[in-house]
Amino acid sequence: MIRTMFAAVFSFAATMAHAEIAIQQVTSPGGITAWLVEEHSIPFAALEIRIRGGANLDEPGKRGATNLMVALLEEGSGEIDARTFQAQREALAASFGFGVYDDSFSVSAQFLTENRTEALALLRGALVEPRFDADAIERVRAQVQAIIESDALDPNSLSGAAFNAAAFGDHPYGSSLNGTAESVAALTRDDLLAAHRNVLTRDRIYVGAVGDITAAELGVILDDLLGALPAEGPLLPPMVGFGLAGGVTVIDYPGPQAVALFGHEGITRDDPDYFAAFLLNYILGDGGFESRLMQEVREKRGLTYGIGTYLVPKDLSAMVLGSVASANETMAEAIEVIRAEWARLSTDGVTQAELDAAKTFTTGEYPLRFDGNAPIAEILVGMQMIGLPMDYVSNRNDYINAVTLDDVNRVAAELLKPDALHFVVVGQPVGLESTQ
Amino acid sequence: MLRTALLSSVLFSANAAAAQQVTTYTLDNGMGIVVVEDHRAPVVVHMVWYKAGSADEAEGVSGVAHFLEHLMFKSTDTLVTGEFSSTVAANGGSDNAFTSYDYTAYHQRIAADRLPLMMQMEADRMNNLNLLPDEVDTERQVIIEERAQRTDSDPGALAAEQMRAAQYQNHRYGVPIIGWKHEMEALTLEDARDWYDLYYAPNNATLVVAGDVNPADVLALAETYYGVIPAEPELPERFRPEEPPQRAERRMIFEDERVSQPYLTRSYLAPERDSGAQTEAAALVYLAEILGGSSFTSVLGVKLTFDTQTALYAGASYDADTLDDTAFSLSVVPAEGISLQAAEDAMDAAIADFMTTGVDPVQLERIRAQLRASEIYALDNVAGTANRYGAALSQGLTIADVQDWPAVLQAVTAEDIMAAAATVFNRDQAVTAWVVASREGMIQ
Repeated sequence: MIRTMFAAVFSFAATMAHAEIAIQQVTSPGGITAWLVEEHSIPFAALEIRIRGGANLDEPGKRGATNLMVALLEEGSGEIDARTFQAQREALAASFGFGVYDDSFSVSAQFLTENRTEALALLRGALVEPRFDADAIERVRAQVQAIIESDALDPNSLSGAAFNAAAFGDHPYGSSLNGTAESVAALTRDDLLAAHRNVLTRDRIYVGAVGDITAAELGVILDDLLGALPAEGPLLPPMVGFGLAGGVTVIDYPGPQAVALFGHEGITRDDPDYFAAFLLNYILGDGGFESRLMQEVREKRGLTYGIGTYLVPKDLSAMVLGSVASANETMAEAIEVIRAEWARLSTDGVTQAELDAAKTFTTGEYPLRFDGNAPIAEILVGMQMIGLPMDYVSNRNDYINAVTLDDVNRVAAELLKPDALHFVVVGQPVGLESTQ
Repeated sequence: MLRTALLSSVLFSANAAAAQQVTTYTLDNGMGIVVVEDHRAPVVVHMVWYKAGSADEAEGVSGVAHFLEHLMFKSTDTLVTGEFSSTVAANGGSDNAFTSYDYTAYHQRIAADRLPLMMQMEADRMNNLNLLPDEVDTERQVIIEERAQRTDSDPGALAAEQMRAAQYQNHRYGVPIIGWKHEMEALTLEDARDWYDLYYAPNNATLVVAGDVNPADVLALAETYYGVIPAEPELPERFRPEEPPQRAERRMIFEDERVSQPYLTRSYLAPERDSGAQTEAAALVYLAEILGGSSFTSVLGVKLTFDTQTALYAGASYDADTLDDTAFSLSVVPAEGISLQAAEDAMDAAIADFMTTGVDPVQLERIRAQLRASEIYALDNVAGTANRYGAALSQGLTIADVQDWPAVLQAVTAEDIMAAAATVFNRDQAVTAWVVASREGMIQ
């Protein structure tokens, strides 16, 4: 059999702190590539698969098709219906998670060594031969519709939906990947088959495996599991600009507290200044209690329980986003403080002490991420999707440490635009009205 | 050395079968120590668990346990406000804390060689906390915002709060951990100070250290930093009021315009894991799985979402890990066009049918296999193991109980499950809630 051919293996060992993460690149006989870390001390393995595209590949008028399709992957395959599929999975004590995001589709699987072959055969069925039975479609469609209804009454979902619609319009980023009540109601089995054919393809697939599994075993597994998927998928949608100007949008909603989502255009992951922006964002609003916004809005003024900011470098656009919740009486003040901090950071920059603290945290925290088979498998896939080399795990902290105060302050001036900040507030905030 | 005189390693136990070696000690001042070894990565989790949670609060000061948890990040005699967390961050670690009904815990995750610094700071704030009026006032606002965000903005959380208040007629499990808003608004610096002075002491705490450490080193460090703190002589015996016999079913309709999907929940008073007697709780773990663990194969899932289209979702849950009587819950989200009454009737019919038919042996073995496998997967999560020990030791269980639990689970029989079900399904001890957007809008 062809499968007995050895998988090709390249390896790289990174020394992180004192632990060694030995990454191997495995190419299956059929040509599928994966990154592997062997860890044989516990008899199970974690497998993370991601395919670029995800809900961005919803066809026009079919919003929600990818999401519904992915939700149906665990509802029966080949000769077995949903209940049989799940009973078999439960008996094997394997876990399969299927995720859909704007930019990707993901599979997160964990399985015991003692029944790995059976578990992977079941997973293969879900990926390659999903049934999309009529009764399963209707059951899951009803679940999705319930989520859409629930989101329509959830303050955070409401703010996200309004923000994205205003920023991205008709581009897939402009609407929820769940679809609308109308678009989901209209989806047919053929639409789901089309979504399956478009989204689960081999041309943009990334695999990470960690645990009790060898390179030779993984090579065979890759072809078994994924070899039958179509070789190529459709073109991805184009890049899209951030189309929302600075201002405030208020959406009336009852309750004691208002929530706000805010942000503006961001920085892409491949930008040479990404690490400077990463450190800047830590200082601004991602550094737990230490961040400027946490200090100013929560610690000094007690205006919120939580506030955070995030760099959101999507495949097709980039944003800097933040979120905060505050009582209706104090939301206007919270927004004022946020704008002021944004302006202060943009104009005056950060101090050397802040930058040093951000670097120490960021570099110290990095090795702590490698704390279990599944988290490491996710890191391996994430690196491949960004196009990072294997030795990134060794060099990443050097990149962070190479960022200078001038770099961060130059990026602060370029990236942070207080006048461009748009706040979508859901609640009944006192003294706040939508701008035009 | 003088310090070795203080050392008293009373307990030593090791779970030989596990990759995670567990070692335990007790300091002379009464502080318990659990060390979980996992040498795969140079990381350590350092936790201190206080046997004081919201259910230990006095009447009128609900939320003080959680309020103090927030204030523990303020200044001490040697650290300025915020310095604790900024020091952890500056060393590449992360830290946080949580408050439950039965305990309050503080934890850091950091490179293993920073353990001494973590112990030094955690020991410092066990005994040397400063409470300043301005900071207490600001932080009170923060916890009220926290309540607004987590509870008052979430109709499901508000409904659950009402249910617990009805479930417990005498026990403080009926009062929310975060507190009733009107009592939170009245919490004073003195309330927080009293709580801290009484409960934050080594004889009321358990140290859990998990990760790339040597138990003897941990013990030596603990002696240095925690061993010098005197025990609290006034620490009261832990007293919790017991539930009286519950003689009448309670029913409620919770109405909130923000409810998108009506649903019903019923909770029954249920026994929890007791030291040396964990079988009934283990049987209830199985019962929850059998009735509502898997959407695809559980009794309620199959009968309400597959055999009939009565529900969008049907499930069961049970929390075995509490100090006092816990709850066993059933929940159903009706399908479109199905009334809550019809959904509740279908749920009751499914349970009644189960009580006559009994446990499906194939399903039982499937669940047993999953519970066994979960012990293998758990070996990959050292922080989870740390939590398991910390919580159990704060809830009246022993190291032996924690280590016996997987075997107790494996030994559960169909008879155990049916006996536990027959006891727990007592409507006189139950609360049933219908959660709706409006009474008028309810499908009849």
